[in-house]
Amino acid sequence: MMQGLPLLSLAIWAPIIAGVAVLLTGGDRNAQASRVIALIGALIGFAVTIPLYTGFNTQAGGFQFVEMRPWIDAFNVNYHLGIDGISLLLILLNSLTTVIVVIAGWEVIQSRVSQYMAAFLFLSGLMNGVFASLDGLLFYVFFEATLIPMFIIVGVWGGPNRVYAAVKFFLYTLLGSLLTLVALIYLYFTAGGSFSLFDFYQAQLPMAAQVLVFIAFFMAFAVKVPMWPVHTWLPDAHVEAPTGGSVVLAAVMLKLGGYGFLRLTLPIVPDASLLLAPVVITLSLIAVVYIGLVALVQTDMKKLIAYSSISHMGFVTLGTFLFNAQAVEGAIIQMISHGFISGALFLCVGVLYDRMHTRNIADYGGVANRMPVFAALFMLFAMANAGLPGTSGFVGEFLVIMGAMQVNFWYAFAASATLIFGAAYTLWMYKRVVFGAVANDHVAQLKDINAREFLILAVLAVLTLWMGIWPQPFVEVLHVSVNDLLAHVSFSKLPTQ
Amino acid sequence: MEYIMPLWPAYPELFLLVMACVILLVDLFISDDNRIVTYGLTQFTLAGCALLTFFTGNAEPVYTFSGMFVDDLMADMLKLVTCVAVIMVLVYARAYNAARGLFTGEFFTLALFATLGMMVMISANHLLTLYLGLELLSLSLYAMVALQRDSVRATEAAMKYFVLGALASGMLLYGMSMLYGATGTLEITELARLANEGVRAQVVLVFALVFIVAGLGFKLGAVPFHMWVPDVYQGAPTAVTLFIGSAPKFAAFAIVMRLLAQALGADALTEEWRNMLAVMAVLSLAIGNLTAIMQTNLKRMFAYSTISHMGFLLLGVLSGTIDGYGAGMYYVTVYVLMTLGAFGMILLLAREGFEAENLDDYKGLNRRSPWYAFLMLLLMFSMAGIPPTVGFYAKLSVLQAVVGIGLWWLAVVAVLFSLIGAFYYLRIVKLMYFDEPVDTAPISASGDVRALLSVNGIAVLLLGIAPQPLLVLCIEAVRASI
Repeated sequence: MMQGLPLLSLAIWAPIIAGVAVLLTGGDRNAQASRVIALIGALIGFAVTIPLYTGFNTQAGGFQFVEMRPWIDAFNVNYHLGIDGISLLLILLNSLTTVIVVIAGWEVIQSRVSQYMAAFLFLSGLMNGVFASLDGLLFYVFFEATLIPMFIIVGVWGGPNRVYAAVKFFLYTLLGSLLTLVALIYLYFTAGGSFSLFDFYQAQLPMAAQVLVFIAFFMAFAVKVPMWPVHTWLPDAHVEAPTGGSVVLAAVMLKLGGYGFLRLTLPIVPDASLLLAPVVITLSLIAVVYIGLVALVQTDMKKLIAYSSISHMGFVTLGTFLFNAQAVEGAIIQMISHGFISGALFLCVGVLYDRMHTRNIADYGGVANRMPVFAALFMLFAMANAGLPGTSGFVGEFLVIMGAMQVNFWYAFAASATLIFGAAYTLWMYKRVVFGAVANDHVAQLKDINAREFLILAVLAVLTLWMGIWPQPFVEVLHVSVNDLLAHVSFSKLPTQ
Repeated sequence: MEYIMPLWPAYPELFLLVMACVILLVDLFISDDNRIVTYGLTQFTLAGCALLTFFTGNAEPVYTFSGMFVDDLMADMLKLVTCVAVIMVLVYARAYNAARGLFTGEFFTLALFATLGMMVMISANHLLTLYLGLELLSLSLYAMVALQRDSVRATEAAMKYFVLGALASGMLLYGMSMLYGATGTLEITELARLANEGVRAQVVLVFALVFIVAGLGFKLGAVPFHMWVPDVYQGAPTAVTLFIGSAPKFAAFAIVMRLLAQALGADALTEEWRNMLAVMAVLSLAIGNLTAIMQTNLKRMFAYSTISHMGFLLLGVLSGTIDGYGAGMYYVTVYVLMTLGAFGMILLLAREGFEAENLDDYKGLNRRSPWYAFLMLLLMFSMAGIPPTVGFYAKLSVLQAVVGIGLWWLAVVAVLFSLIGAFYYLRIVKLMYFDEPVDTAPISASGDVRALLSVNGIAVLLLGIAPQPLLVLCIEAVRASI
């Protein structure tokens, strides 16, 4: 019976319809109603993605749960959905994150609640759309549409400098994606008048065209990841965004970039990808090492985690462009793991910020004395961020470093530096905030986390440990998809003769 | 060619002419308190005209009045949307005009004659018919701008509009006379045949082309012939700005098609005007978008944004393919829909003694009315071309046409300027959503305006989720007519 339902469409449209329902509750007088509807919508959105996992055939190649309907005949665009192992994990991550964000904003958000909740539900549906699209234009529409809710989230509920951050976020990412649009239209003509990704995969392209398409894609996805040196929007957006915004941004939105590399760049322009891989790898290593050092000197907790995100996402791009199965799987695992850990860390900062209204590390000290339960959970996530074995942070980084070792010792060497820097900036921050004597009166009055906060952090803690100790359920859905991808990439698409 | 001489293809125009004269007379006997009767009659006339257009529509082109008048699918489509647009303008403008003493018979008769002018332009198959329609439209518009005769700004705008408009008409006429000199005919289908058969006076034709393109540039408001646009948009009463900014764009598009795509559509000539339009398009995109950033007056900002949209429209036309012309028609339809909504919003927020035309008047609109703020958000993102709104597909279809003829660098230029454009549309969203309200007066509007504006805003979203029908209509209309 499950097979009959259009599960992917449900995963996209259920949150969006719930978002509309939430908006209909109107102003803040019905705030409680909008919270409840939002939670129900998010839970339904998550529930419909579970059959995707249980019904997923890990042995089969290609795409599953395929849906196809004509959409814009004039341009031969289809509403074409389907997932492989890579998109499956990201859809699960996205839908789960939405539930967490709705719960996290339950009491914290008091103004314009319905708009807040609706924006996250729209965002969730749109991002599922990106991960499930098998049509280039459909992908682009979802990819771009995510900008609108995020712009509103940062700008309305953000911190003091929110307007600057929101506009910068929007224009930066739009710059990248507009060139992608031109590239997609170019591919439409070379693929014989179709926007289908499968037709793009088959289209033969001369090297010069491949390089231009690569650059166009790279602009969009590198900004989204973000890679050094186009990362500067991220710390601003993170610092100013409300907690929920930061969580979704770090946990899911950055993955749109990593996913774009895997789904579009590598298979469509494999030769240019191979040619330019050293450039991408260099930029990734700069991100890993240099941004790690930048994170070390931050005085603002959110900014520190934001820079740590950039550094960890460097592993994703590094792994993607090493072209071996271990590294690519590592990159994907790293995306999921980073989703859990960075989301959890932003939630931890949110917990502190809600109580103290400051994110300055210097304003804290001795939090463990007043919030022992919180301190324990925070500790776990800090360790995971530092890549401690037994946590999910270790698996992805280890796989990528192993993959890098097969290609070049020095790549692996530079990437390993993150294990030192990551430990340094995360644990040093943790020490200054949590340990020591109670720093001031404000800290002395802190109350430990309540049941709601415990619930969301505990869920993420369980997932972080699960993925660290027994990653098999996550990895097994990836094997076939990653092997298919690499097999496809190994064939040149240059025109013969 | 053998001509039939039936009247029925021109029924919509004839009906409109008769009714405009009737309304002109009836209005003399109506007191100011009962002016609503004139309004009702005008709306009835436009609706009747739209219905007649629909029912006299036919897939194959029909020529009448000895070939001076053509009724083809493109003309039917454009006339239909013109009537609908004018109906919407009059609904939006009613309360605004009533508060400013513009709710008069003159406004309605001028609007009807302007509409008649547009319809004649759209159906012209002869350069004289075309010019007749153009002048009927232009003269009505000059008078409408000057209708608020105590306003210095409006009078100045009308003066500028008149002088520059007359200059543009002169250019167009000069170009037409050269065409006549080179080919010995003024009939568009005949011109097309002669040009296709092999041009005998290439140099003269190219000269004619230069003047015609310049004249069209004036009428569209494309750089470097755009000087009148900001002043007229800002100076005219908002209701009139809405009128000028909406329906006449259909007519302008129609004469671009009739003159460039049909009369001068021969391959050798297409090559010539393609380059001219490319220069105008790029300049319009650049100057329109860059200057719009500097504006603090919303009407002036929309004027510059219009200039940039006309640049995009020209991009569609210059591709010289059916898909490109279809994309142009789609673009102009979508553009008018968005403009109606955006100016409708200004008219909604305006009240007696308050124009709501400064950017700061939109601060905190989300606090005052989440629904209208949301509609305006949709309209702004649509103008910026962000999916899933319909503005994206309009840009997409144009870009596709441009890349289709290999001019991908033009597409890159266009998207880079639309990035700049995104900034000032985004600023409106920012003002509405991120800032605290300055003006806290309650928003009062009659039910018809609220309903229409809501439909208008939601249409921008729904046409974006299902873009297929309108897009296909436009492409098919062009295919059946060109």
